[in-house]
Amino acid sequence: MNILNLLKIAIKALGNNKLRCFLTMLGIIIGVGSVITMLAIGQGSKQSIKAQISEMGSNMIMIMPGTENRGGVRQSADDMQTLKPVDYQSILDQCTLLSAVSPSVNSGGQLIYGANNYPSTIYGVSPAYLEIRKLKVESGSMFTSRDIQSAAKVCILGKTVIDNLFPDGSSPLGKVVRFNKIPFTVIGVLESKGYNSMGMDQDDVVLAPYSTIMKRVLAIDYIQGLFASAIVEEQTESAIDEITGILRKNHKLKETDDDDFNVRSQQELSSMMSSTSDMMTILLACIAGISLLVGGIGIMNIMYVSVTERTREIGLRMSIGARGRDILAQFLIESVIISITGGIIGVILGCGAAVAVKGILNWPIAIQGYSVVLSFLVCTATGIFFGWYPAKKASGLDPIEAIRYE
Amino acid sequence: MTTMSKEIIRLEKIRRNFVVGNEEVHALRGVSFSINEGEFVTIMGTSGSGKSTLLNLLGCLDTPTSGEYYLDGVAVRTMGKNDRAMLRNRKIGFVFQNYNLLPKTTALENVELPLMYNSKISAKERERRASEALDVVGLSDRKMHKSNQMSGGQQQRVAIARALVNDPVILLADEATGNLDTRTSYSILMLFQEIFRRGRTIIFVTHNPELSQFSSRNIVLRDGKIVSDTINTNIRSAKEVYDSLPKEND
Repeated sequence: MNILNLLKIAIKALGNNKLRCFLTMLGIIIGVGSVITMLAIGQGSKQSIKAQISEMGSNMIMIMPGTENRGGVRQSADDMQTLKPVDYQSILDQCTLLSAVSPSVNSGGQLIYGANNYPSTIYGVSPAYLEIRKLKVESGSMFTSRDIQSAAKVCILGKTVIDNLFPDGSSPLGKVVRFNKIPFTVIGVLESKGYNSMGMDQDDVVLAPYSTIMKRVLAIDYIQGLFASAIVEEQTESAIDEITGILRKNHKLKETDDDDFNVRSQQELSSMMSSTSDMMTILLACIAGISLLVGGIGIMNIMYVSVTERTREIGLRMSIGARGRDILAQFLIESVIISITGGIIGVILGCGAAVAVKGILNWPIAIQGYSVVLSFLVCTATGIFFGWYPAKKASGLDPIEAIRYE
Repeated sequence: MTTMSKEIIRLEKIRRNFVVGNEEVHALRGVSFSINEGEFVTIMGTSGSGKSTLLNLLGCLDTPTSGEYYLDGVAVRTMGKNDRAMLRNRKIGFVFQNYNLLPKTTALENVELPLMYNSKISAKERERRASEALDVVGLSDRKMHKSNQMSGGQQQRVAIARALVNDPVILLADEATGNLDTRTSYSILMLFQEIFRRGRTIIFVTHNPELSQFSSRNIVLRDGKIVSDTINTNIRSAKEVYDSLPKEND
């Protein structure tokens, strides 16, 4: 008995019971369809979170002054003065794994232009900050290292700030805005980035040379933090080690001393976010998997009934020369055909549903190649697993009794 | 009968016991006979005589408790399930009382079925032989009819074609006319006689004593033993009886 003949026999037998065949498939169709859709939605949201994080700069490394106890009182990081401009210079000169590094000092205050005013934060940075935070200057230009040397009173404004200070829509370029009574000339406008995944307005920002903020606004000789960017995301950890080494050396820390600074990367955030969405994906996949299981039990149920119903057919086949394994193979093939056909329809419907979700609800989706392949394998396995028992029962029938079964 | 023809079936002291509950039932108590090529044998007996058990043994669906059964020279008793399935596929043609055709399946596909379980036969060869077998039983014009679109007599003809398609050494019929009206019964009997005339060996198991007149030999079973084994030299023609029956008005 070759497999081609068995296939023909099985297809023929299924064709005789189209409606029942379809109803049996329905369980698998829904199961597979929901697996595909759920995974697509889960992965889609994971990817969108990832994309947002990388927009914030996934290579980004933040260096903050460490906290320490002073007379038993834990100090706020902002008050710490452990990071100096010289640390910035050392990292800039010695670090090999960083593509950009910028100091950061900031001050909150009221921005005033004409009759309009707006509370914002002014960030003192170096031009490298743009690269680190993936910001772009839309019009005008970024300040230069000369501006930093001269502590020039220039600034770059974000969209939200402009909307509040220049509600009439006039160009802010060349205008002078005042921040805590200090006049700053607007030399550039940042491209809008919108809100990030944590709901922070990334356009509510004013950038100025860090030297200007240190000297003219805050009157401090330390920096409040450093932003850096690793050359590649994978080397973020090594870059952190490198920075730590340089800073410990600069600060003349002994082996036993704790760091007096903190180095953090976005990766923690990124992994936390994606572990949340991973859990969602697993949850969704579990629900979908259960429906696939129910579909499989449906197949078993129908095949089992079918074996009883077709007892005489089985008896006949045996009496004209079908061996037990031919019968076993026929029923297995039948259940596998049901499950695979159901699987194919399920994949198509699942992809369709995912696309519909994207179109109607505007959710991010990502149809996973592996989920399609996996669904196929699971379907085949389901067919074999749940078809096995009924098929085994059919093949074990006694032809003498089967042929006379009423 | 020619005495020189080949021996197809030989039974030697066949016994078959069943255990029902705590009791042992002796369905066959030492049955011996042989059948040569070209014989048309009716095996008769009332219910409980052991004729069904004998039919199952002859059809290699069952094996004897003791004794030997040779089918076309092959000892069947010691064969395994799969080997017997193969033997049935190559050497035996079954005709059942209730036809046992596959539902919603054409006559041609039904007849092809035994050849489907023989991987040596190609699809083309299969169709050719099935088509020929249907010609033999007089259903040339109904090859594509589905089993549920045919009358009982036509269905039994398809079943006979299916039994002939593998060119078996023996055609085993189990009450093959039992479900049919008188007229159709005789037309089927005519077909068996025609097949017999073409040289096919036939065993026809029945409880109807009347049918023995139409075969060449008659074996009667009672309580698991042969009570008579007679050669019928004066075979009655089923066609004559059929022609003498009043035609139905339809």
